[in-house]
Amino acid sequence: MIAEIGQLLLSLAFAASLVIGLQHLWGLRRVAAPGVDLAAANRILGTTAFLTFVLVAASFGLLATLFMGSDFSVLNVAENSNTLLPLQYKFAATWGSHEGSFLLWNLMLCGWTAAVALASNALAAGYRARVLTLLLVLQAFFLLFLLSSSNPFERLLPAVAEGRDLNPLLQDPFMVIHPPMLYMGYVGFAVAFAFAVAALMEGRLDPTWARWSRPWANAAWSFLTIGILLGSWWAYRELGWGGWWFWDPVENASLMPWLAGTALIHSLAVTDKRDALKSWTILLSLVAFALSLLGTFLVRSGVLTSVHAFATDPKRGIFILSMLMLIVGASLVLYALRTRDIGLGGRFGKVSRESFLLANNVLMSAALGAVMLGTLYPLFAEVLSGRKMSVGPPYFEAVFVPLLLPAAYLMAVAPNLRWKESTLPAVLRPMLLPTLAALLLATAAVLWLGPFKWLTVLGLTGALILAWGTADHARRQLAKLSTNGDSGSLGARAGKLGASYWGMVIAHLGVAAFVAGVSMVKSYEFERDLVMKPAETVQVGSNRITFIGVDQGSGPNYVTQHGVFELTEGEGKVIYLMEPQKRMYQAGRQVMTEAAIDYGMFRDVYVSLGEPVEPKPGEAASDQGWSVRIYVKPFMAWVWIACLMMAIGGGTTLFDRRYRLRRAAAPAADAASASSPAQA
Amino acid sequence: MIKSPTRRKRLLWIVAIAVAVVATAWGVIRAFNDNMVFFYTPTQVLAGEAPSGRSVRIGGMVETGSVQREGLTISFRMTDLKHSVPVSYTGVLPDLFREGKGAVAQGELKSGVFSASEILAKHDENYMPPKLGKDAK
Repeated sequence: MIAEIGQLLLSLAFAASLVIGLQHLWGLRRVAAPGVDLAAANRILGTTAFLTFVLVAASFGLLATLFMGSDFSVLNVAENSNTLLPLQYKFAATWGSHEGSFLLWNLMLCGWTAAVALASNALAAGYRARVLTLLLVLQAFFLLFLLSSSNPFERLLPAVAEGRDLNPLLQDPFMVIHPPMLYMGYVGFAVAFAFAVAALMEGRLDPTWARWSRPWANAAWSFLTIGILLGSWWAYRELGWGGWWFWDPVENASLMPWLAGTALIHSLAVTDKRDALKSWTILLSLVAFALSLLGTFLVRSGVLTSVHAFATDPKRGIFILSMLMLIVGASLVLYALRTRDIGLGGRFGKVSRESFLLANNVLMSAALGAVMLGTLYPLFAEVLSGRKMSVGPPYFEAVFVPLLLPAAYLMAVAPNLRWKESTLPAVLRPMLLPTLAALLLATAAVLWLGPFKWLTVLGLTGALILAWGTADHARRQLAKLSTNGDSGSLGARAGKLGASYWGMVIAHLGVAAFVAGVSMVKSYEFERDLVMKPAETVQVGSNRITFIGVDQGSGPNYVTQHGVFELTEGEGKVIYLMEPQKRMYQAGRQVMTEAAIDYGMFRDVYVSLGEPVEPKPGEAASDQGWSVRIYVKPFMAWVWIACLMMAIGGGTTLFDRRYRLRRAAAPAADAASASSPAQA
Repeated sequence: MIKSPTRRKRLLWIVAIAVAVVATAWGVIRAFNDNMVFFYTPTQVLAGEAPSGRSVRIGGMVETGSVQREGLTISFRMTDLKHSVPVSYTGVLPDLFREGKGAVAQGELKSGVFSASEILAKHDENYMPPKLGKDAK
């Protein structure tokens, strides 16, 4: 019964989104919509948004109930859960499958729509109606996909006695929150998309448009950042390879919208503050969401064979692809038709804050293009020529560093430039000494750590300059307030600069930490595969690792071979007992490596257990050797903290008072929209 | 020819930007070309289709009974059910590497033996290299 109710609720949500969405899309198709009662339309659209959210949330709750109760008469539950599974993973298995995760995707979309309906009362009525209409139409599309080709409530009759189990790779606490965060990001760009398309439909860009759009884009970007961080950290801990970014197509699928989103939030800043780069900002809003959809297509269609591609059903791929074509195609056609009406907006000098932000956009777009080439070309090549190929990490690394390292240097300068027109010498002069100091410091560090590599020096210098430039700018902003006669306390003055400014400071400091962390870990990481026998000790850097032995253990749904290693420093002081495991999950008999990691601010030590090595004749069984992989990763923690700082920075901007919408902020906008000449 | 200094300046900017774009595109494409890794089946390798002196991937099944270990070094035969190629690798193997299961090795062919720098076993029990999947059905 529960499954049928769940499906019914989804169908109702689909019907409501479709009917209300299309009806209003038709009613609002013209720039001026005569005869449409906008107040009534907004009431209906808002109610539908809340209603569909409640329906989909209830349906999601029912699916979770089925998983918690291990109802194996539902195909999805039978394929992705097991009675042995610990309770928290039974719950997480709700979105561990393709069907369940797509239901989550839809829930997120409905959640964002409801949030927009809730927070957009102050928008111009015609504009708000268009935004909500577009979001409802998107909802209808995706609910249709869910119901028609990936129904999470499909029955399995007769029911099976035991489920197939959740992929053991996904049985990890961070894997539980990785998909929701990632989807919040992906789907969040739908809001910026709807704002942009609504503006195109109206054929004009309200000057406050960017201010409305910014918090949504920032929020989506922050969620996406967290999602990618969790995915990457999971790969680091769970795949047992010590790597944290593999340039796997699935990772690239999430990186592409992130790069577009990064360009978008900066471009929005220019449009918000200076009313410039308008067309470009609109285009980025469309592209960021298009890439989110592309990411969903790549991951969900089974085009890629990897842990994420649960689905290998070509029908789904074709459906998502046609949906992608339709949504992206329609929005780009609309863009092409209307972008002239919107125009580029304000002009600015070649050296100005705008031009530097544009440079950021160009670098992000170039990096995006490079990732896209490396991710999609192999797919096209295989379809067209039948030859299977891939491009590995060396390509991405060779391309990414020269494209994005300059961004760190530009970022250090950009906040010091004035809007519209600025002069470079005046800004660069005070930075000269710190730059030299940073260069010297970085060179000395690299010489001391050896071997000498220019790229490491450039990376560390960039990180130092960026950190210094950002912090110094904040210091001067605070000082400027007090010289201008503000006698408030430090806290009060900091408050005056606004949450948006401090969000930028935190995120940019995060980028500095990221550049430093990546430079260090890429230059000085150390990897060793070896065979160890009990009581054997190996020296790694300033640490020693002693292999104690391996014993058997068991967990709720697995048996494990549990290795014990002592990590010692200096005169035999044990600093960490490392316990890597080799688990075998009973349901599917899959083997999983659980690495042991000693986290540190300046280095991680990482041990993963390989396999037992057959003893040579005449050796005692207790002398059983094991193959072991050991890593030392300097500054690895910096990478995670850096990503967290970027996300926190993005989140901080949401508290800015400028984004609080007041009705007074958009006076007579309705009248303006009603009186503007009809174009369509 | 161009008289106005502002127009000359603008032209210079356009040329500079064009040069930067072309240089970047060239660099990206060159990096792309240098790092393309093609995929071959053991049959193709034995037919001499795989280039030597360049990193390639071979994929197939780990032939049952062919795995031999000595300390960290492992040797096995990769088969596509028609032909098989000897492979050697030193290091810790991925979890899903097993006899009779699909695997992909990246490396170079050196005097008849494929010397792998990396072994990938896909994180999917049912994974088969695409070509093999088609043939086996």
